Amino acid sequence: MTGELSTRTTPSVFPALEALLPRVAKPVQYVGGELNAQRADDATWDAVAVRWALLYPDAYEVGLPNQGVQILYEVLNERADALAERAYAVWPDLEALMREHAVPAFTVDGHRPLGAFDVVGVSFATELGYTNLLTALDLAGIPLHAVDRDERHPVVVGGGHAAFNPEPIADFIDVAVLGDGEEVVGDITDVVAAWKAEGRSGGRGELLVRLAATPGCYVPSLYRVSYGVDGAIAEVAPTTPRVPRTVQKRTTVDLDTWPYPKKPLVPMAETVHERASVEIFRGCTRGCRFCQAGMITRPVRERSLQGIGEMVDTAVRASGFDEVGLLSLSSADHSEIAQITKGLADRYHGTNVALSLPSTRVDAFNIDLANEISRNGRRSGLTFAPEGGSERIRRVINKMVSEDDLIRTVSEAFAQGWRQVKLYFMCGLPTEEDDDVVQIAGMAHRVIQAGRAASGRNDVRCTISIGGFVPKPHTPFQWAAQAHPDVIDARLRKLREAVNANRKVGRNVGMRYHEGQPSLVEGLLARGDRRVGAVVERVWREGGRFDGWSEHFSYGRWVAACAAELEPQGVSLEWFTTRERGRDEVLPWDHLDSGLERDWLWDDWQDALDGREQDDCRWTPCFDCGVCPSMGTDIEVGPSGTTLLPITPINTGPRPHADAGDG
Amino acid sequence: MARVKPGEAANPAPPTVQRIRVRFAKRGRLRFLSHRDVARSVERAVRRAAIPVAHSHGFSPHPRLSWIGAAPTGSASEAEYLEIGLTRPLDPAALASALDAALPDGLDVLAAVVAAGPPLADLIDASEWRIELRGLQPGELRRAVAALEAADSVVVERVTPSGRRQIDVRKALVRTEVHHRPEGPGEPPPTGPASSSRVEATVCAIMTAVVRQTTPAVRPDDVLGALDVVAGLTPPVPAKATRMAQGLLDDRGRLADPLGPGRVTNRV
Ligand code: SF4
Repeated sequence: MTGELSTRTTPSVFPALEALLPRVAKPVQYVGGELNAQRADDATWDAVAVRWALLYPDAYEVGLPNQGVQILYEVLNERADALAERAYAVWPDLEALMREHAVPAFTVDGHRPLGAFDVVGVSFATELGYTNLLTALDLAGIPLHAVDRDERHPVVVGGGHAAFNPEPIADFIDVAVLGDGEEVVGDITDVVAAWKAEGRSGGRGELLVRLAATPGCYVPSLYRVSYGVDGAIAEVAPTTPRVPRTVQKRTTVDLDTWPYPKKPLVPMAETVHERASVEIFRGCTRGCRFCQAGMITRPVRERSLQGIGEMVDTAVRASGFDEVGLLSLSSADHSEIAQITKGLADRYHGTNVALSLPSTRVDAFNIDLANEISRNGRRSGLTFAPEGGSERIRRVINKMVSEDDLIRTVSEAFAQGWRQVKLYFMCGLPTEEDDDVVQIAGMAHRVIQAGRAASGRNDVRCTISIGGFVPKPHTPFQWAAQAHPDVIDARLRKLREAVNANRKVGRNVGMRYHEGQPSLVEGLLARGDRRVGAVVERVWREGGRFDGWSEHFSYGRWVAACAAELEPQGVSLEWFTTRERGRDEVLPWDHLDSGLERDWLWDDWQDALDGREQDDCRWTPCFDCGVCPSMGTDIEVGPSGTTLLPITPINTGPRPHADAGDG
Repeated sequence: MARVKPGEAANPAPPTVQRIRVRFAKRGRLRFLSHRDVARSVERAVRRAAIPVAHSHGFSPHPRLSWIGAAPTGSASEAEYLEIGLTRPLDPAALASALDAALPDGLDVLAAVVAAGPPLADLIDASEWRIELRGLQPGELRRAVAALEAADSVVVERVTPSGRRQIDVRKALVRTEVHHRPEGPGEPPPTGPASSSRVEATVCAIMTAVVRQTTPAVRPDDVLGALDVVAGLTPPVPAKATRMAQGLLDDRGRLADPLGPGRVTNRV
C-alpha cells in the first residue's frame, strides 16, 4: 500500500537520548509518557498510511498545554489511517549534546526521529518561534529549504495565527494552513495517503500541487513574488493554473461536533497552565483593531451549554486537574455565560474543582459572574485589559471601556473580598502620544484609591502590565507604522515616574513591561515578506534560538542580520516595521484570504485615525466586514436551547474500608 | 494567586480520620521525574481517582500527602514511600489499585497499609541502591569498590542550591556487593527492535550499595564520585541507579520493610 521508503519500522532514539538526559536541565520534558498521551506501537506505525509529527516550536512547558496541538493530536489519532506524535523545541543544552552524539530531533511519544514522519505539522502561536523551527528541521536532517527536499522527506506544514502571513518562512515550509485545523488535517491526510497509495506518482512536486488545491492550504513555492523599484511587492502570481490565485481560510462551523480535546494531556513537569481548558466559543467581533486573533477567527461560533457541560465533565474526569479554564478570546461574552458559570459552580460545589475565565472584558464582567467563578474559595486576582490609558486612544483601538466603568467594577470586586487587580495595556499604538501612556498611572492610582475605599484596607494591589504594540496582518492596523523601541522605552520611563509621583498610592502599584526591542523583531517577522527569510536563517546560523525568551533573545543579532540581508536589496528593518504603508501597496499577505474585505479594513483604519468606534455585529446589524458571505459562515450564538445536564458528582472513588463504620 | 481571607472559606476542610502508607515505584523513562514532578503527578492522580484525601485548612488547601526522602531526578526506584491522610476510611488494597490506575505508567503503586505505630520516617534509616554501569568490566568495578571499602573516609563535594556541601560517602556506606547480571528487575528491557542491536553493549557491571541516611543524603552519584576519588573510576556511559529498598537496618545490613507485615501488595 505504501511505498518502500518508510515502511520499515523506525527504531526509537530513546536509548541514545537516555544517555544524554542525566546531563541536561529538566529531563522530564523530553520523556513523554504523560497521562492521556498516545504512543503508537510498531504494528500501528507500520500499518497506518500517514504519520504526523506535531511540532510546537517552543519549550515543552509552554507547548504542552497548547490547545491547538492537543486538538489535532486527538483528531488525527482517532483516524484509523493516521497517527500523530508530539515534539517540542529542545533547549540549547540538549541540542548541543544531540549534535555531538548524532541524535536526531525526536517526538516525545515514540521518540521516533522527526524525519521518519510523512508530515511535520508546526503550530506557530508567535513569530518568535521561527528560529526554533530551523533548529528542529536541522536536527531532524530535513533540508532547511523546501526546494531541497524530495520524496524521502516529510511535508512541513505550518499552522496557527502566524500562518496568516507565512512569507518570512516561505523558504522553509512546504505548506501553510490558514484558519481552523480540525478538518483540514483530515483533508491533508487524505491527499498524502492517496499519493502514497499511487506509489508517490509525480513525485513531491505533484503532492505539493495537490495540497495547494486543497482548501485552506497555501504552498508558497507555487507562487512567484516580484518586487518593484520602490522595494514593495509588484505582484504575487501562481506558477501553475492548478492552484488558486488567493487561498481562503478554513472555518470549523459547528463547535459542538468537535468536542476536543476529550482527554487533556496531564504533564508531570511544571507547565505554564496547570488546568484543563474548554473552549466555549471561537471568534470575536468586538473589533479591537490591534487584535489579529479577533479579526482572523470571525465570525463568533459558540459551543452550546450542553456541549460545554459535557466537555468540562470529561476533562475533569480524564485529567484530575483541579481547575477548568473556560477559554475564548473574551469569555464573559458567551451569550449563556451566566447559566454556564452558575451551572458549573453548582455541579462542583463542595469539591476542589475551580473554574477560571482567563479572558474577561471589563464591560462584560459582573460581580455575580465573579462570585460564581470563585465559589470554591478561590479568589485569584481579577485581570482586565483596557489596553489604552486614555479615552482617546481607546477610541482609536476600538476598545471601548470607560474608566468610570472600570473603577465601578473594581470597587465592587474589592468590596467583595478581592484584593488584587491586574490591568493589561499596550504602548506604541497608532497616533499615541506620551500623555496617552502617562494616563495609565492615573487609572492605576484611581484603582488603588477606589479599592481602599471599598475594602477599608490599605493593602490592595494593582499591577499594570504593558506590552509593546506590534501591527499584525489582516487587521486595520496592518498599514500602521510600528513605534521604535526607543520611543516605547521613553514612554514607559515617563509612566514609571508618573506612577511613583504619588508615593502613597504608587507603592501599591506594580509595573511590569516588556522591552521594546523584541516587539520590533516580532513586527519584522509579522509583516515581513520572503526577503525576511534570509534574515531568519542568518540569525539562526549565528546562534539565534528561543527568541521569545529574553535570556536568549539578541536584538543586536537581528539588527546585524537585517543589515546584511535586507539592505543590499534596498529594504531594511525600519522599512518593514516603522514605515506606514499606503492604501495601494501590495501587502505580502494580500493573496491570503481571512475573509475580511480589504476595503473594509482600510475604512476601519481611517475610522481609527479619526477616533471613530465600531460596534459588535452580535448586537447590532452586520457591518459588512466581509467574512460571513465570503466564507459561507454565520454568527452562531445562543440561546442554544440546551441545558447543562446535571451530572452525578465525579466518581465516588475507591470502595470504603471493608470494616469502616460509615462505609 | 491570592485567595479570600480566612473566615470566608467556602469549604472548611474535613478532618483526617485515617492514614494509609503507600510504597510505589518510579520506573523506565519516568526515572527522569524530579520529586516535584512526582508529587504533582500523585496529587493529580489522587484527585482523578477521587480518593477522599484530607486537605490542609486555609485558602490554598493542599492535599495531605507526606513524602519520605525522594529518589533524585534520573534515578529509578522500587521503594518510594508516601503517606496519605484520608477523610473517610478506605481499604488499602482499593486505594492502591485506584491510585495505580490513575497514575501514568511508570509511577506504579506496589503496596499499601493502614498507618500504625511509629511515624514512617522513624521506620527508615537506610537505602539500598542498585547501580548499573554499562560498558564497564565487573572486575574494574570490584577493584574500585574494594578501594572504597578499605578507606576510612571518602569525601565528595556536591553543589546544592544552598552552596557546596562536603559529603563523606564512606561513612554512610553500610554494605556493598558487585555482580554482573545484565538484566535487573528494576529496569524493563528496552522496547522495539533496538534491543537486538544492543547485544554488544551487554558488558555491564552492577553494584549494590546500602547507604545509611545522612544529611544531605548520599546519592548514587556521590557513590560514583567516591569511586572516582579512590580509584579514578569513570563510567563510559551514565550509570543507571535504582533504589531497591528503604527501611531500618538490622545488624546484618538488611533492611526491614517499613510497611511491615500488614501490607497488601498491588498487582502490577
Ligand atoms: S460579515 Fe457581518 S456578521 Fe459576519 S462577522 Fe463580519 S460584520 Fe459580523
